[in-house]
Amino acid sequence: MEAHPLIAGRRTREGFRDRLGYAATLLSVAVILVAVAAIYLFVFSRGLATFFVNHVNVLDFLFGTEWRPTLTESEGGPKFGVLPFIVGSFIVTFFSALIAGPIGIGAAIFMTEIAPSWGRKLMQPVIEILVGIPSVVYGFTGLTLIVPFLREHAGGLGFGLLAGILVLAVMILPTVTSISVDALSAVPPEIKAGSYALGATRWQTIWRILMRASAPGFVTAVIFGMARAFGEALAVQMVIGNGKNMPTSLLEPASTITTVITMNMGNTVAGSVENNVLWSLALLLLLMSTVFIFAVRWVGRRGRLMSR
Amino acid sequence: MTTETKAKTVLSVRGLNLYYGRAQALFDISLDVRERSVLALIGPSGSGKSTFLRSLNRMNDLVKDVRITGEVFWRGKNIYAPGVDLVEVRKKIGMVFQRPNPFPLSIYDNIAYGPRIHGIRDRRRLDEIVERSLRAAALWDEVKDRLHESALGLSGGQQQRLVIARVLAVEPEIVLMDEPTSALDPISTARIEALIDELRSRYTIVIVTHNMQQAARISDETAFFLNGRLIEHAATAELFQRPKRKETEDYITGRFG
Repeated sequence: MEAHPLIAGRRTREGFRDRLGYAATLLSVAVILVAVAAIYLFVFSRGLATFFVNHVNVLDFLFGTEWRPTLTESEGGPKFGVLPFIVGSFIVTFFSALIAGPIGIGAAIFMTEIAPSWGRKLMQPVIEILVGIPSVVYGFTGLTLIVPFLREHAGGLGFGLLAGILVLAVMILPTVTSISVDALSAVPPEIKAGSYALGATRWQTIWRILMRASAPGFVTAVIFGMARAFGEALAVQMVIGNGKNMPTSLLEPASTITTVITMNMGNTVAGSVENNVLWSLALLLLLMSTVFIFAVRWVGRRGRLMSR
Repeated sequence: MTTETKAKTVLSVRGLNLYYGRAQALFDISLDVRERSVLALIGPSGSGKSTFLRSLNRMNDLVKDVRITGEVFWRGKNIYAPGVDLVEVRKKIGMVFQRPNPFPLSIYDNIAYGPRIHGIRDRRRLDEIVERSLRAAALWDEVKDRLHESALGLSGGQQQRLVIARVLAVEPEIVLMDEPTSALDPISTARIEALIDELRSRYTIVIVTHNMQQAARISDETAFFLNGRLIEHAATAELFQRPKRKETEDYITGRFG
């Protein structure tokens, strides 16, 4: 084919760079996809082995309330009921979000609307610090401050669901706050001006317009916070008391799905039923985190639809 | 300055200066607005016409570091006097912005927003206000079957008429409009202009426009701004045909701006 000025680009140096850049970004995507696929495959294969290889009944697993993995068969067989842990996970997640949600949204309103200059200057670094604190420090602080405080003022051992809830609430606060700040900042200033121009007060504008316009963002913020709370292991394990029974009060020692995994994984042999059960719990976590992600996407899409 | 003095003055500006920080943006502006008339504010970008408009219902209060001296009398009361209720000022002197800014609520709730924040709860009264306001803004027939759908589904021109209806719902005396058609297509612009023409019998309208033909078409009086100063204010026909000042003539004949 004859050379044409318009199709010469392919052979030049820039054309080569173009293809190199394309290949590099494609490779990055491929690595991520392979990693995700590998994690899903591995967790699924190990997690399902409990039921298909070791023949543990799925319903006994999900709804059993007795966790006695070392019980011999003559004594009634090992029991792998994980309902208390599932319940523990949901309780700490729900209540920590219940505490962190309003506080995070309130702080976000303060930072964006009430005192956008100094409030934001002060709070932005504070939030970044909170995000950066390692979870072991949260757990250690909770162990040293919250557990003794609860022991003295609320009764019981101090270790328990409530201690876990309080530690988690602080941990997810920055997540909730920063996503809420983003949601509030995304409200167009003309809309606020429109409200003020009708004679609305600042409070009316915040309450009736900003809160409404940012509602999907707030839901997203709380769901992200819940996802973090649901998945947190170390800090919770340090303060929750690691009880094996179905919790009957917030002051009782309990466990969550994550704490059971971290507590037991060192004590089991790979391939054994005790180990596979932990993988089944990991599978449960994976499925829940997937649910959280889809919930966030669904809320986001609905939010866009509503505001169109 | 005004040719007819029969009509009452509803808004009277005296010696208004405005500063952004240390930079002065408006210089000693005095001007009267007659009741039930359309006053157009024209001038090149940066001449201060929008800033001046926003001083008339104290929207500049929301901007940081703005300082204002001078007086704006509405029915004999200076709206910058201490103790003046901002809520009342903005109720009586409404504002329509350059870009349509409907709230992310239903059409109905957009209109009912103003009356609701001012304490009207009764559903029947709200229904009445919503219908009356939408009719006044020539939007009722287009939206009456979807009052409870999101206002963001309307076209740009419909949104701007919705916003005008939203302002009318709080029963203002004066409606300030800041280049209300600059984001709209020619057909929507014509509709807004027709609407302004209808509204002039009941409301006083002050409109900023960068479009001189528009000013000539819709206004009774025109005020020309340049570099933060009011250069000339006269009946529209007079200002366009026999401008008294050289700057005005240069501007309307397209020599600058």
